Amino acid sequence: MSSPVSAIRPPLITGNKSYHDITEDLVVGTERTPSATWVIGFIIAVSLLGFGVFCIIWTIWHGIGTWNLNRTIGWGWDITNFVWWVGIGHAGTLISAILLLFRQKWRTGVNRAAEAMTIFAVMCAGLFPLIHMGRIWMAMFIFPYVNTRGPLWPNFNSPLLWDVFAISTYFTVSLLFWYTGLVPDFATVRDRAKGFRRKIYSFLSFGWTGSAKHWQRWESLSLILAGIATPLVLSVHTIVSFDFATSVIPGWHTTIFPPYFVAGAIFSGFAMVQTLMIITRKIMKLEDYITIEHIESMNKVIVATGMIVGVAYLTELFISWYSGYVYEQFAFFNRALGPYYWSYFGMMFCNVISPLFFFSKKLRRNIAFTFFMSILINIGMWFERFVIIATTLARDYLPSSWSFYVPTWVEIGIYLGTFGLFFTCYLIFVRVAPVVAIAEIKSILKSSGDQYAGGKTPPKREKIAPKVKAVASTGELITDDLKKIEGIGPKVEQALNAAGISTFSQLAEAKVDALQSILDNAEGNFRGNSPESWAAQAAIADKGDWDALKKLQDDLDGGRY
Amino acid sequence: MAKTTDYIYGLYDDEVDLMDAIKVANAEHLEIRDVFTPFPVHGLDPLLGLEESRLHIAGFVYGGIGTLTAFLGMTWIFTKDWPIIFGGKPYWSVPAFIPITFELTVLFAAIGMVVSFYIVCGMGPGVQEKTLDDRITDDKFCIAFDKSQVDEHTANSFFKNTGAGEINSKTL
Repeated sequence: MSSPVSAIRPPLITGNKSYHDITEDLVVGTERTPSATWVIGFIIAVSLLGFGVFCIIWTIWHGIGTWNLNRTIGWGWDITNFVWWVGIGHAGTLISAILLLFRQKWRTGVNRAAEAMTIFAVMCAGLFPLIHMGRIWMAMFIFPYVNTRGPLWPNFNSPLLWDVFAISTYFTVSLLFWYTGLVPDFATVRDRAKGFRRKIYSFLSFGWTGSAKHWQRWESLSLILAGIATPLVLSVHTIVSFDFATSVIPGWHTTIFPPYFVAGAIFSGFAMVQTLMIITRKIMKLEDYITIEHIESMNKVIVATGMIVGVAYLTELFISWYSGYVYEQFAFFNRALGPYYWSYFGMMFCNVISPLFFFSKKLRRNIAFTFFMSILINIGMWFERFVIIATTLARDYLPSSWSFYVPTWVEIGIYLGTFGLFFTCYLIFVRVAPVVAIAEIKSILKSSGDQYAGGKTPPKREKIAPKVKAVASTGELITDDLKKIEGIGPKVEQALNAAGISTFSQLAEAKVDALQSILDNAEGNFRGNSPESWAAQAAIADKGDWDALKKLQDDLDGGRY
Repeated sequence: MAKTTDYIYGLYDDEVDLMDAIKVANAEHLEIRDVFTPFPVHGLDPLLGLEESRLHIAGFVYGGIGTLTAFLGMTWIFTKDWPIIFGGKPYWSVPAFIPITFELTVLFAAIGMVVSFYIVCGMGPGVQEKTLDDRITDDKFCIAFDKSQVDEHTANSFFKNTGAGEINSKTL
């Protein structure tokens, strides 16, 4: 195929894979019996989830008083965890949408798992505002539906309501995007399965056949979904930041929040993708598909977004001093030197200083170090949200309202429960669906497989006009009467012979472009001649099927279709 | 019983072979019923004479419906149905409506396009697949002829000449 093969880009698929190898390697995870590691992981995840559900029921049963929130600190771990999870949910759509638009091929190795991670992270995030409402059975009040209270509508001017729309839209669009990508791969699993398993995957794959028209629509759909998901992903965390930025709280009402939150979200999201992918590739033996190149590319995104976050922290600090506004100055003084100083310095170290290590190529390509860093960044980003929310609220305008906050076991339990939910979903996902997008990997094989990429000559056919003349064993030049081809006259035949094409088989192999350039370079004016059908005609002539050639030439007009 | 088609199809091992075969079929004026591939092969659409998908136009229309629904809905609610003053701002505070208008534009476009995609492809939950060969989703590239349009003999010689690894018939 004429897909461009870069001589510089390193291969993204190693191990000299064929299309069939790719299918085997990527489907096998759904076919074998779960490993002991998986079972243990699943039991832990489900236990955490169970404890989380217990704590949520406890909260609903006894009320929000089971949390340590108070009149001063109205948002604590709940909203911290909410923002943290939403942030993590930003990498998936970024990888699948923005990198699709930028045609980054390394996307294909990690997009499926990252999108799954997005969906599960957004589920965990959405939980917190819901239970924070206190009376969860009235949660539908946040949606504008015709009701018997007037109808009384929600406040469309409130960023908290914008958040409801942003996050539910984000969840829906991510889910649709993810599932549409999964359909062809479910079909691959289906076509290898037997019995009841086949029935399940037949249902999941929606009747996919792989028809050319369906692929065309599928690609069109993916591209447009990517196009609209790109501003969407930026809007979601922008709106999350509006929850703070449109308030009157010193330390919150800053215009820097939207870009700073979006960069932070991508930063933490990529860190979580690294954490998961490093484990997944190891356990599922996907090293040939998620290579060190993928890890390095993601580390580059981490260092770039990490520096944006760092600049934002320092800008915020400078502006609070430069504003000359005492409340603002105090808010930042309190963050760094107040009762929660440790979370501020934890945040500064994890998010600003430590990503700078990734300027070293050696460290960017070190898997153990990357894993360690990914955990550090996740911790740092959690601290960031805690600093913004709880630390800032702890010192109110009136010193008499100052307060301190530590979470209760219920709040900690709910947070652990979201880890349970996240990993339960993720572990089910790796059992049910191919973790790496099979069809997309196949589509980049010829440009990024290690047998093709990196300046190597492709092992397979490359059809161009043959350079050597066709010579019989006697040493004589073999010639066919090329004038039998419609559109070729004596002059053109001479030009072709001069270019080394003297037989039908050579002509059949020749590309239209190559033939056109022969005509362009030959002496004389051949603008009236079009070589578009010559190869097809020659292929038939080479077989000696003169009737078919005659039939074809009847339809041709001077060698044109 | 739904209408069935008698197919004769050939399986190729590589997309390059597939595309060369389609070129020959075009030159010989054999009407290809359908082509099946394990992944989207670029350059196939012009060879098969497939028109560009109009899904993006549909997406634009759905998005427009979302924009209007959100913006006009909020306008009606806050100016006609139940006007409330928030913080001394006008009833019709346009900047505040922008985030929700944007979100609903995206939401309508995405849902509309995905649903349209499945409908025009005749796909959906519970649809029984009509696949000619199980290896098409693995590593085989398939050209299928309708036997009523291309007779078996012509199809066979075409597949042999263009290097198809396997030739089979199936009625779906």
